[in-house]
Amino acid sequence: MSAHNHTEEHHTGIRVYAAVCLALFVLTGVTVYVAKFDFGDMNIVVAMLVASIKASIVALYFMHLKFEDRLTWIYALYPLFLLFLLIGFTIMETFTRVPVIK
Amino acid sequence: MSSSTAEHAESHAHGHGLGEAVTHSAAKFGMWLFLGTEILLFGGLFAAYALFRAKFPDLFYESHKKLDITLGTINTIVLIFSSFTMALAVSASQKRNRKWLIILLSVTFICGAAFGVNKYFEYSAKFHHGIFPDTNIFYALYFMMTGLHMIHVFIGMGIIFALIIMAKQRRFEKGRYTPVEVGGLYWHLVDLIWIYLFPLLYLIG
Repeated sequence: MSAHNHTEEHHTGIRVYAAVCLALFVLTGVTVYVAKFDFGDMNIVVAMLVASIKASIVALYFMHLKFEDRLTWIYALYPLFLLFLLIGFTIMETFTRVPVIK
Repeated sequence: MSSSTAEHAESHAHGHGLGEAVTHSAAKFGMWLFLGTEILLFGGLFAAYALFRAKFPDLFYESHKKLDITLGTINTIVLIFSSFTMALAVSASQKRNRKWLIILLSVTFICGAAFGVNKYFEYSAKFHHGIFPDTNIFYALYFMMTGLHMIHVFIGMGIIFALIIMAKQRRFEKGRYTPVEVGGLYWHLVDLIWIYLFPLLYLIG
């Protein structure tokens, strides 16, 4: 039993990697193109949605997260939860302060 | 880290492969843990960005117009392409194809260098136009976030350079490609962070 036996190796083919790379290029084009239009508050939502799709593709295929075990998934996703707390609560705290009367 | 991993793998190379298996997955898992701390390192800056953009939306919008979208897009493409070649390099090391491993790692390294050169021209143009980190909060964040990212690109290039040397020394023979895969994970994270920096800084609608 070896770490590098063929059951554990995941030979993602060059075609899959090329398709992933192409998809990332297209999505980059989409973000740049879409940024020319004004959707008001939805601008940032659209931009972050496309970025997150790209990031997910990179993590799943280039970083092989797709083939990792559950523990790796947990440790990959846990920082995102912390990030959500960090950003979410910073914003919430700032915009719920009672204005100081001068 | 990578060299100790290789040594560790070597010490278990006599007969039983279980040690190698454990080392391989432990090294990968350790890198994922480290990447988590990296995300939170940038997370502080992302939080600051979110806060100040929400407070000063007009300033962010006006300031971002001075960034070069074309250069930013080129750099995004370069970095994605370098992730592609890195993924192929890992694949080549799994298939024990030393020649292609060295070629693909070199291409990845060159892409990193191209990214740096691009960024150098971008920074120079900003300084030339009198834009500095203390110009306003948008540029403070712009320089901090892209600067910290740039440091990561340089570290990544150092790791890739070390991998090229190791490959030339035939250190990844017999399928011991753990350092390549772990180094690859780091490089992909650098790409991943840029994927968010690009729209946040260059494409404020």
